[in-house]
Amino acid sequence: MRIRAQIGMVLNLDKCIGCHTCSVTCKNVWTSRDGVEYAWFNNVETKPGTGYPTDWENQERWNGGWERTGAGKLQPKQGSKWRILANIFANPDLPEIDDYYEPFDFDYDHLKSAPEMEAFPTARPRSKITGERIEKIEKGPNWEEILGGEFSKRSQDYNFEGIQKQIYGEYENTFMMYLPRLCEHCLNPTCAASCPSGAIYKREEDGIVLIDQEKCRGWRMCVSGCPYKKVYYNWSTGKSEKCTLCYPRIESGNPTVCSETCVGRIRYLGVMLYDADRIEEAANAADKTDLYDAQLGVFLDPNDPVIAETARADGIPEDWIRAAQQSPIWKMAMEWKVAFPLHPEYRTLPMVWYIPPLSPIQNAAEAGAIGMDGAMPDVRNLRIPLRYLANMLTAGDEAPVAQALERMLAMRAYMRAKTVEGVRDEAIAARVGLSGRTIEDMYKIMALADYEDRFVIPTTHREHVEEAYDLRGGCGFTDGNACSTGISGTSLFGSKKKPLKMPTEAQ
Amino acid sequence: MFPNLDIDFVIFGIMPYMALTVLVVGSIARYERDPFTWKSSSSQLLRRKQLVWGSILFHVGIIVIFFGHVVGLFTPIRVLDAVGIPYWFKQWLAVLIGGPAGVVSLIGATMLLHRRLVDPRIRATSSWADIVILVLIWAQLIIGLFTITQTIQHLDGAEMVRFMTWSQSIVAWNINAWTDVVDVHWLYKLHIFLGLLITMMFPFTRLVHMVSGFAAPFRYLLRSGYQIVRSRRSRALPKRSGPVAVAPGGGVPPRAVSQPPSTNAGPIG
Repeated sequence: MRIRAQIGMVLNLDKCIGCHTCSVTCKNVWTSRDGVEYAWFNNVETKPGTGYPTDWENQERWNGGWERTGAGKLQPKQGSKWRILANIFANPDLPEIDDYYEPFDFDYDHLKSAPEMEAFPTARPRSKITGERIEKIEKGPNWEEILGGEFSKRSQDYNFEGIQKQIYGEYENTFMMYLPRLCEHCLNPTCAASCPSGAIYKREEDGIVLIDQEKCRGWRMCVSGCPYKKVYYNWSTGKSEKCTLCYPRIESGNPTVCSETCVGRIRYLGVMLYDADRIEEAANAADKTDLYDAQLGVFLDPNDPVIAETARADGIPEDWIRAAQQSPIWKMAMEWKVAFPLHPEYRTLPMVWYIPPLSPIQNAAEAGAIGMDGAMPDVRNLRIPLRYLANMLTAGDEAPVAQALERMLAMRAYMRAKTVEGVRDEAIAARVGLSGRTIEDMYKIMALADYEDRFVIPTTHREHVEEAYDLRGGCGFTDGNACSTGISGTSLFGSKKKPLKMPTEAQ
Repeated sequence: MFPNLDIDFVIFGIMPYMALTVLVVGSIARYERDPFTWKSSSSQLLRRKQLVWGSILFHVGIIVIFFGHVVGLFTPIRVLDAVGIPYWFKQWLAVLIGGPAGVVSLIGATMLLHRRLVDPRIRATSSWADIVILVLIWAQLIIGLFTITQTIQHLDGAEMVRFMTWSQSIVAWNINAWTDVVDVHWLYKLHIFLGLLITMMFPFTRLVHMVSGFAAPFRYLLRSGYQIVRSRRSRALPKRSGPVAVAPGGGVPPRAVSQPPSTNAGPIG
C-alpha cells in the first residue's frame, strides 16, 4: 500500500447553465497566446453532439486511452512503446487543427480605419495561422452550441451507442445537456505513458499532471494518447500544453480559475486519498463495466483511523488528511455515489467527476403522477435517456446512474416536504438508501454549495520542497524559459523575433 | 597576408574543426541555456497532407544514410583489413545501400520541401532557418546521389579509402589530413563542404531534435513501466509502510459522521 493524495474535481451537471464563463476565464489566463488560440484547456460542449475536437469520444477513430490486450496486459490503445516509437516520424492518430477549428480573428480595425465608402464597413474574419482571409468560418470551439447543426450530424455522438436514436431527432423528444470538460488529471494518464521524452508527469503531492516544457520535444504522442483530447500541441512553440489545474492557485489554497468563476457554483475541489499500488489492477479490470467500481476501490476512506495513520506514515501532511476527511469529492463520489468519472472505459482512472443532470419527465402521464406525497417518477422516463448518461459516465452500466438520479430526486422531494410541509419524511430518504440527515448534508453541499463547502483545498507544503532563501529575487511563475516570458526578443536558437506587447497608458 | 593559404586547406583542414567545435559547444550551450527551444518543430497538426509519407520516407532514408556515413567513414582501415573485407566489396555495399536510401530520402525531402514552400499554413509558420536547412539537406541529397556517377568509375574503393583516411586523420588531429582529398572530383568536395556547413548549423536549427530522437528509444524503452511521478520533496518519501495500526490514544478521531457511508447496492425505491 502506498497512499497518495490527489486534488479531484466534481462538476454538478444538474446545475450547469452552459454560460462558458469557465472557458473564457481559463482562456484569458492560460491560452491567449500564439500557437494555442485553438486550444481550450476548459471547454463546454452541448450534448448530444460530436464535441471538440470533432468526434473526440470515438476511440475507434483516435485510438486514445488504454486497451486491455488479449493477453490481459494494459497498454496504450495507440500501441505499445515500440509501436509509439515507430510512429514518431508521422503520428497516424494525431488530429489536424481542422478537427478542432482553424483559429480566426476579425478585422476589427477596419471598422474605424475604413475610408468613406458606400457600404457600411464590416469586420471580416482572418486566419490566425496564415493571416489570410477566411471567406467562411466552418467550425469553432463551440460549433454545436444549444443543439446547433442538424441532428444527423450531432447524432454521431458516441454516447448514443445502444440507443434507438432516431426518435431523439424529433422536436418533441429532443433533449440537451452541457458537458464542461477539462484535463482529468488521471490516476493512470495515457498522455504521460505515451511520452517518449518522459516530459509528462504526475505530481506526487497533489496528483496534478503537468508537461515539463523544457523536456518536451514535440513528439506529439500525448495528443493522440489522451482520449479526452485535452493535450494540445502549440504550433508556435512546438511543445504540448495542457490544463495545469491552475497549480499556482491550488498550491496557495485557491480554487482553479474555472471553479472560482463558475457562476452556477457547479464545481467542487477536494482531496482524495488513494492507493497508488492498486492503480494498475483497477485500470486493467477485465470487463469495462467493472471499471467504475474498480476505480472506487482505489480510493481510501480518510475517516478510517488505520488509513489516516498509514497516510501519515506515507508522508501526507496532517492538514491534507484533515482536508480529505472534509472532501466534497469523497462525499459525492464515495458516500452518496452521485458523481461519476467521465468515460471510465478509457481506463485512465480520471479524477474530474460528474453529477448527471436531471431532466423533465418524458411522459406527460407520468408527470401528472408526481404527487406531493413524494412518490418519485421512474428515472427511466426522464427526457435524457438513462443509457445516454450511462454511456458517458459508467461505460454503459445504468444502475449506478439511476441510483444517483433517484437520490437527487429524493433530495428534492425530501427538502420540499421539509420546507413546504414542515415534515422530515425519512421514508423518502430510506427509499434511496439514505437517511434524512445525509440528504440534508447533500442539500447543503450540492444545492446551497457555499464557497467553503465547495472548495476544501489545503495549501502546499513549501517547507518540504524548497528553500525560501534560494528563491529570493526569483521571477515567480512564467510560461517560458526560466525568467523569460516565453517570447524571446532575440535568440540564436530560432525563435521568432516578436516584440512583447505591453499595455500602454492612454494619452 | 597568407599567400600560400590554399582554399582546400581552409575547407578540408580547418573547417572540420570549426564545424565540430560549433556543433559541440553550440549544442551544449543551447541545451543548457535554452532547453525550451529544443524540439522537433513538428507541423503535422497544421497539415497532415504530404507530411505522413514525406516525413517517413525522408527520415527512414536519411537515418540509413547517416549511419552509413558514420560507420563507413570512421571504421578504421586496419579493422577492415583485419576482418578481411575487401575495399571493392565495401564500395559496392555503400553504393547499393546508400543509393536507394538516398533516393527514398530525396523523394521524402522533395515532398516536405514542396509542402513547406507551397502550403500557406506551413509557409507562414516556417522560420527562415526551417526553410534554409531543408533546402540545404535537399541539395546535399542530390549532390550525394550525383557523386555515385563518379564512384562507379572506380569501384575498386580507392576513392572511398581516401575519404576514410581523411575523416580518420581529422579526428586523429593530423594537420595534413586535407591533402588526402585535395584532388578528388569537385562533386565530392562540394558534398563535404555542404556537410560541414550543415554540421555547423546544427545547434541553431531544428536539427537538434536528432539528438532527442536517437535518445528517445533508450529513454522510453528503459523507463520502467509507463507512468512517471515526480516529487518535489527535498527529503525522500518514507518507505511503503503498509497499513499502520493506530496507537492507543493516538491518531485523529474520525470526523463525526451522521451515519455509515451508504453502499452502491442500497435499495432503490
